[in-house]
Amino acid sequence: MIHSLFLINQAGDIFLEKHWKSVISRSVCDYFFEAKEKAVEPDNVPPVLQTPHHYLISIYRDKLFFLSVIQTEVPPLFVIEFLHRVADTIQDYFGECSESLIKDNVVTVYELLEEMLDNGFPLATESNVLKEMIRPPTILRSVVNTLTGGSNVGDKLPTGQLSSIPWRRAGVKYTNNEAYFDVIEAIDAIVDKSGTTVFAEIQGVIEACVRLTGMPDLTMTFMNPSLLDDVSFHPCVRFKRWESERALSFIPPDGNFTLMNYHVSSQNLVAIPVYVKQNISFFETGPCGRMDITIGPKQTMGKTVEAMMVTIHMPKAVLSANLTATQGNYTYDLANKVLVWDIGKLNPQKLPNLRGSLSLQSGAPKPEDNPSLNIDLKIQQVAISGLKVSRLDMHGEKYKPFKGVKYLTKAGNFQVRT
Amino acid sequence: MQEWANQLCENRQFGSKMTDSKYFTTTKKGEIFELKAELNSDKKEKKKEAVKKVIASMTVGKDVSALFPDVVNCMQTDNLELKKLVYLYLMNYAKSQPDMAIMAVNTFVKDCEDLNPLIRALAVRTMGCIRVDKITEYLCEPLRKCLKDEDPYVRKTAAVCVAKLHDINAQLVEDQGFLDTLKDLISDSNPMVVANAVAALSEIAESHPNSNLLDLNPQTINKLLTALNECTEWGQIFILDCLANYTPRDDRESQSICERVTPRLSHANSAVVLSAVKVLMKFMEMLPKDLDYYGTLLKKLAPPLVTLLSAEPELQYVALRNINLIVQRRPEILKHEMKVFFVKYNDPIYVKLEKLDIMIRLASQANIAQVLAELKEYATEVDVDFVRKAVRAIGRCAIKVEQSAERCVSTLLDLIQTKVNYVVQEAIVVIKDIFRKYPNKYESVIATLCEHLESLDEPEARAAMIWIVGEYAERIDNADELLESFLEGFHDESTQVQLQLLTAIVKLFLKKPTETQELVQQVLSLATQDSDNPDLRDRGYIYWRLLSTDPVAAKEVVLAEKPLISEETDLIEPTLLEELICHIGTLASVYHKPPSAFVEGSRGVQHKRLAGSAGSGESVESPDTGSAAGVSEAPPAVIPSQGDLLGDLLNLDLTPPTATGPPPAAAPGMQLGAMDLLGGGLDSLMGDESEPLGGDIGGSPAMGAGFGAPPAAMPASFNAPVSGGLDDLFDLGGGVGMTMGSYTPPKTVWLPAMKAKGLEISGVFVRRSGVIQMEMTLSNKAMSVMSDFAIQFNRNSFGLAPAGPLQILTPLSPNQTIEAALPLSTVGPVMKMEPLNNLQVAVKNNIDVFYFSCQYPISMLFLEDGKMERQVFLATWKDIPNENESQFQIKDCHLNSDAASNKLQGSNIFTIAKRTVEGQDMLYQSMKLTNGIWVLAELRVQAGNPNYTISLKCRAPEVSQCVFQNYEAVLKN
Repeated sequence: MIHSLFLINQAGDIFLEKHWKSVISRSVCDYFFEAKEKAVEPDNVPPVLQTPHHYLISIYRDKLFFLSVIQTEVPPLFVIEFLHRVADTIQDYFGECSESLIKDNVVTVYELLEEMLDNGFPLATESNVLKEMIRPPTILRSVVNTLTGGSNVGDKLPTGQLSSIPWRRAGVKYTNNEAYFDVIEAIDAIVDKSGTTVFAEIQGVIEACVRLTGMPDLTMTFMNPSLLDDVSFHPCVRFKRWESERALSFIPPDGNFTLMNYHVSSQNLVAIPVYVKQNISFFETGPCGRMDITIGPKQTMGKTVEAMMVTIHMPKAVLSANLTATQGNYTYDLANKVLVWDIGKLNPQKLPNLRGSLSLQSGAPKPEDNPSLNIDLKIQQVAISGLKVSRLDMHGEKYKPFKGVKYLTKAGNFQVRT
Repeated sequence: MQEWANQLCENRQFGSKMTDSKYFTTTKKGEIFELKAELNSDKKEKKKEAVKKVIASMTVGKDVSALFPDVVNCMQTDNLELKKLVYLYLMNYAKSQPDMAIMAVNTFVKDCEDLNPLIRALAVRTMGCIRVDKITEYLCEPLRKCLKDEDPYVRKTAAVCVAKLHDINAQLVEDQGFLDTLKDLISDSNPMVVANAVAALSEIAESHPNSNLLDLNPQTINKLLTALNECTEWGQIFILDCLANYTPRDDRESQSICERVTPRLSHANSAVVLSAVKVLMKFMEMLPKDLDYYGTLLKKLAPPLVTLLSAEPELQYVALRNINLIVQRRPEILKHEMKVFFVKYNDPIYVKLEKLDIMIRLASQANIAQVLAELKEYATEVDVDFVRKAVRAIGRCAIKVEQSAERCVSTLLDLIQTKVNYVVQEAIVVIKDIFRKYPNKYESVIATLCEHLESLDEPEARAAMIWIVGEYAERIDNADELLESFLEGFHDESTQVQLQLLTAIVKLFLKKPTETQELVQQVLSLATQDSDNPDLRDRGYIYWRLLSTDPVAAKEVVLAEKPLISEETDLIEPTLLEELICHIGTLASVYHKPPSAFVEGSRGVQHKRLAGSAGSGESVESPDTGSAAGVSEAPPAVIPSQGDLLGDLLNLDLTPPTATGPPPAAAPGMQLGAMDLLGGGLDSLMGDESEPLGGDIGGSPAMGAGFGAPPAAMPASFNAPVSGGLDDLFDLGGGVGMTMGSYTPPKTVWLPAMKAKGLEISGVFVRRSGVIQMEMTLSNKAMSVMSDFAIQFNRNSFGLAPAGPLQILTPLSPNQTIEAALPLSTVGPVMKMEPLNNLQVAVKNNIDVFYFSCQYPISMLFLEDGKMERQVFLATWKDIPNENESQFQIKDCHLNSDAASNKLQGSNIFTIAKRTVEGQDMLYQSMKLTNGIWVLAELRVQAGNPNYTISLKCRAPEVSQCVFQNYEAVLKN
């Protein structure tokens, strides 16, 4: 099972360590640093490393490495999932997962880690269970505690820990009862030079914010559930009901949670909301090149495309860009060679265009690789797959809750090759 | 308030936030002293703040152990937070202050009786984390109570505590009967308790492979499946992994388990999904293929696997490594999902490389156009490693999908035109493979390739190009010029290129003998006279002799038709694949190696096999598998991937297909000689676990020393009596080979003086009246006095460890030799070694630490009470499955059966019965190893026939090879 955890910043300093069994010297991290050195980019550090006596499994998140040390055969996915859960929890507690915040709250973090694992076995990883045991810090509470000598640690057994619904605490009370759901779809796509879609799929997620008194039992149904290729649910969802009726039936956790993830795969036709006409070329003679990009709407379901943004990772040799944008602004980050064109709303009557020249380092050979374009966009009030919620019903409680469903489509990993 | 104000002022650099970072500020001198004062303060709040400061220092790795008594004094408190903080401290430092830790025991015991279940659980949990023997004694009673506590939260915590305790003191846990209590918890009413019990038992079982702790039967399976639906995500992982070890009785049970596991595929936790996939992949084997359900199940497996690929990159990586196994076993699952493996430019490199691998595995006629277009796209990316692999992938596609070969070749030619150096080189390497798959089809491109000859600077590409030139010498007009141009810098080339060049020129000579005589003489003399590389010299001599004695045979051998290569070359060997499928989701699946090959924790090796397929009996005849170029570098026989193909080619040229050409008669002798050189103690590659017995002939520097002796003065003409010199060489090989297996030779040199700054150690293992001893002679060949000797063993297969310190009391002066006998015990830490009887030793003296490895005869481990009762023998023989039986031949042994029996008895191999059938004596023998493993043997001796046949049966078939070697050694001496 998980033996130890080291938190390491980008510079390679270990700023927190926690051992759930015997103490392992931090020199074990040297193997990791070696791999990190070799990988150059922090993203490219292999997640599973073998050392003579241990295995190091790490994740890289929010510019921090979460490095776990294990000694016996443990499913690596279990470790990685757990590490992400640690990062999620820290984010949940302190609003952000960063070195300075962790340092500011080091004792709380340490207490949390102790609650999350026992002897390497996960103990409590549900956010609401943890929050009952260790209260998240607020300015007010720390002042009050200071004055009264109170504590941040709950002294009662968390109610959710052992019930058959560990995700919900008992005795929830609200004056305003509300249940909001966001259906968010992200388009992952690769479009090639000629504009043909090489690959496209949709990653969907339903985020929920439920503040309901008591033990409500909710049922959500869809107009077109057959769209969903593969689903994964929050543990609260009754799988049998989904299998038989394609309805989501669940007693929700209290607060914010992810109800389900789904996947509309490349087998179905995925609508691509915009097209990109582009031409980037470098001249054989002379240290310069030309660029011309136009973006237009394609399948937008009649809605406006917003927050359009194009990011281009330029070849190393590109020194500067002298461009004109008919809409929005562009910036070129010389250090990272990243060109960002922030367009904003897409106006179908007047298509945004960015054109001009690129200057290259003199003497450098003509770049061999053509840069890919990364597209960002948002479309409000529509789920691009066409998924629609038809009803949300509540049983088990008598009051009438406010209900609401919002839809949002955005670009996930949307690439245009040149 | 005054204090707070002070503190705030002190911490100006952190702003006025009241955060934990203030705890880091006290790094000044006297910090410990200040903390001590605060810890002993009367004010509760101040105490707590002080403990927090201590914990903060601890988390960043500062040593605050000096405060132990002061912190422990804060433990008696009603404040839960303070209590928890003190516990955190205790867990970290109790080990270093065991006597002090005892002070805490009373509080623990009291807390275990507390009314609040949270406190009871906390106490038992913390006590288990304090790894101090004295404390564990006090832990037993509270733990026993907590295991039967009315509150499930306490029970589930206690279950984990058993695993902790077992880790500290396994014997205690067994004596106290905690394992049985833990087993009972599998039937607990609360699913969380069940899950934790399973997790704890699995962890304990890992260190006790044969203990049968998780005795799975249909009833327990049913309980586990019920708990599966109700426990936490982590519990589900433990339960699923446990289920995967079960073997269903029939296909109906198999199906019903599958049905109940499938819903887990929709879990948000990817580890749950993958564990479920493992169970399904394993149990599917038992289902009849024509069953409707089988097809349904196949369809259900694809979407969750695809979804794993949209998770975080680290998860993707592990998923991809596993998918790689799954598509090899059941390509049909993902055959329509090619597109999800397309690479995105911002994928981390480790994800990109894995995706590429799977793309090739899924490539088929139906999707090859798409795949090729993608690969071509990748070949223009920035990352060099990735581009290289993409180019290789194009070659692999050509080999895998015949219809696409032409398109692949033209794509490769396009890429060569880019003139990007590393792309060109990779392309040439793969084109060579394409030639081998489709001979006489694409040779028209050779001219284009030759244009790029100059730009090749990597050995592999150069070697590939040379191979092409040699292979198609008859079609390349200026082949001799091309090869000659390489010859100029012959000694600067890497071995790979040198070997290839030698072979290519010999090929050229055989094809165009008239104009290349000079060239071939030149290369042969370069290879044999001027080279220090034994491989190169050997190959040179063999060609030389072949050419000088029988050019026709030479032609048959050198120009023999080569077997076509196929895409299978990069597939995982089926039996290994089967084992890995049983380990989906584990580290083994990430490394594509069986767990026994690398997981230290799994001390006993348990091979898992898919149901329905019988394990192949190992038949080891003679160890002649290693051929000259040394490709067999790791025992888990992953068939060499594309990268090793060239090595393969080299081998093929040297040891031609036995069917076509008469192999040089002396070659096997040479190999044996070489093997022994390595086996005889020069094997100095300490720490390299994957070192095979002696298969790795090439590349070992020890070889050079062995063969460096014969002066290789060879006349540089064909007609001179070359064979004489060669015979010498082979005689040498034979001579060394003779000593192989001689029974406990006086003493072998384990550590040559050269490698140990003048310390030479030779030694031998003996077993005297039940005690294993390592008798050593230490010689000081240096100029200075040596002292302070000490010895240590690395973990080894049978837990050999020094029973006492090395008794060398007087310093060893220069040129002095001293005898030392080191008694050994077999209770040391265990790790499987390769070969099994390998022992890695570290010897220290005042100068340095030296390492060597040696092999002990396994008879050292045969116990004096290894004689089995006849009835038991019969029953055991039948009981051990036939897969575990291995057969060996012992050649040239001229003893009769009684003499053999007597001789073997001396090594604690006991004859239980003798039977004579048709002039053949059959001896039934048994022996028992120190770790309790029994080995049963049947030795067949035919009067007048010097060849014995021996069959070994053992529950741990790994030892058979060693035991056989021991038999041979004893009988031949």
